[in-house]
Amino acid sequence: MEPVFALLTGIFLTIAIYLLLSKSIIRMLLGVAILGNAVNLLIFTSGRIMREVPPVIGPGLDVPAGPVANPLPQALILTAIVISFSFFAFLLVLSWRAYSTLGTDNTDEMRVAEPEDATLPPLGY
Amino acid sequence: MAVSSPSADLSAALVLQPVTALDWLVILPVAWCIGIGAILMMVRHRTGLQPLIAIAALCVLAGIDATLLWHVSQNGPVTMVMGRWLPPFGIAFTVDLTGALFALMAAVVALAGAIAAVTDINDSGRRYGFYPLLMLLMAGVSGAFLTGDIFNLYVWFEVLLISSFGLLVLGSEREQIDGAVKYGFLNLVATTLFLIATGYLYGIFGTLNMADIVVKARELRDAAPLTTLMALLAFAFAMKAAAFPVNFWLPASYHTPRIVVSALFAGLLTKVGIYALIRVSVMLFPVERQELSFVIALAGVLTMITGALGALAQTDTRRLLGYLVISGIGSMLAGIAVGGPGGIGGAVFYALHSMVVMTALYLAAGLAARLGGGFSLSSLAGLYTRHALFSALSLMLFFAVSGLPPFSGFWPKVMLVKSALDTGAWWLAAALLLTGFLTTIATARLFLLAYWRPAGAGAPSGEVALPATLLVPLIALTAVSILIGLFPETLLGLVQKAALTLNEPSRYLNSVFPAGSAP
Repeated sequence: MEPVFALLTGIFLTIAIYLLLSKSIIRMLLGVAILGNAVNLLIFTSGRIMREVPPVIGPGLDVPAGPVANPLPQALILTAIVISFSFFAFLLVLSWRAYSTLGTDNTDEMRVAEPEDATLPPLGY
Repeated sequence: MAVSSPSADLSAALVLQPVTALDWLVILPVAWCIGIGAILMMVRHRTGLQPLIAIAALCVLAGIDATLLWHVSQNGPVTMVMGRWLPPFGIAFTVDLTGALFALMAAVVALAGAIAAVTDINDSGRRYGFYPLLMLLMAGVSGAFLTGDIFNLYVWFEVLLISSFGLLVLGSEREQIDGAVKYGFLNLVATTLFLIATGYLYGIFGTLNMADIVVKARELRDAAPLTTLMALLAFAFAMKAAAFPVNFWLPASYHTPRIVVSALFAGLLTKVGIYALIRVSVMLFPVERQELSFVIALAGVLTMITGALGALAQTDTRRLLGYLVISGIGSMLAGIAVGGPGGIGGAVFYALHSMVVMTALYLAAGLAARLGGGFSLSSLAGLYTRHALFSALSLMLFFAVSGLPPFSGFWPKVMLVKSALDTGAWWLAAALLLTGFLTTIATARLFLLAYWRPAGAGAPSGEVALPATLLVPLIALTAVSILIGLFPETLLGLVQKAALTLNEPSRYLNSVFPAGSAP
């Protein structure tokens, strides 16, 4: 299963990077959303994949009876999902504000903070 | 449940001896900041009360961090494990000298910022949540410096990043929104890259505890692609630290927020990236750092030269300072590339100096704008006649950032140049000296134009008084810089010891895995 998941992660990352390289903020946002999912898949795969053995310790035992699925990547992914979701929400609102305040969703035209016609500093007096 | 059965041996899973009172200091900075942040959030509308609570809390934080530094310097690295789970299963907070030094300096810088904010952040800014966000930012920064777990480090990066978003857009002006879009996207990509590297790291080692990784890396060195992993981590941290060529988020955003926020960012954020790079490259993957040292050195040289040249070309004083922040990052990268006690000690020393001086310089730019009516070098003039003391303080800070004696920038530069020459990297030493020269020109020109140039007709003139809440932090930070410059022995001894602990982490490992307990 791992090669399939690795390939899928690769495809997700490719799409995310392609979208992030775009000038349009909406595409960049989609890129961020896909990037987060790509990383979640990556962590899931790197924790090794196993079918149908939940990591539950039976009654009266100190350790699980046989090999079980690795629960740690799921905890890591849960943390990463929460964080990437909150960031996505923040960036979505920020992009909306940028669109309504600056009147554009094209990053090439967002030059308020770094004006193109900035003058050189005086060379002397 | 299995754990509660009388036959179970708890010592196989839990740390059974109680934590001593002094060891609680390890977790206290983070818990304190989050707690105070929550309280400040509750009194969000009591704008008069907020600064009092925040300043008192940051004084206490500085005290906690100073005690922690003393404790660590006396007794070596200290570890505390969350939930008392035996490491590497529980999340460990492990503090060594490097982490404690960075945490203390961060608290000092934040305290200066909180005092300056009394005047600089108005009531609406406070209702917006400046002080709660500042405390949460400090929770993230302290957590990043004190944690001993790589995934936990990622979480603290995100905590400080989300607080920095809030601080950056405080005021919601057009410029800020524009800067925040670029800052937000690029920093999110940087932390996601860090998360990708963490995923691979977990896939290779099966553990996230830093001490455990150090031990396992020694066995896995030939079997796993550790150099690739180190390169990924270095790339992610270089982006956080604003190293060339992945630093374009910094000049796009650092000049847009309130000047106090810029000052805090300049002092705190990029240094967390540098700290993480030092921690990972020197302690976790020293062999791989050696292999990548040329790449890191090259990035360092390009960062410091482009930073200094960028500073020469700016009209806006805040953007000029932003490029000086970048230039300083290059010097720290040079130290990491050289390695050894001299190089790493120099990088740590430079980072501590840069935290103090860059914050002070941004505060000075804010005061200059108050006196001269703006941030543009075309219009700023005659500040010397407006406030002589302030001009003297600024000049000292310009000398300090250029690395001239007797200020704090001199000693780390000496350490870095000497260790670069010792390893035969003459070009690295030459680049460091050239950067010092270019920085001197950039800051001297700033002083010439903004302070010495006579103000034109119609410009504001005559002596003015400045609010004490703005002047006091500036004086205090400049005094710290001078004290470090005049009496460097204590700090030099500490950073050299810190670099030794990083290079030879046996005491760090002993603190996480006390003798007898196998990792």
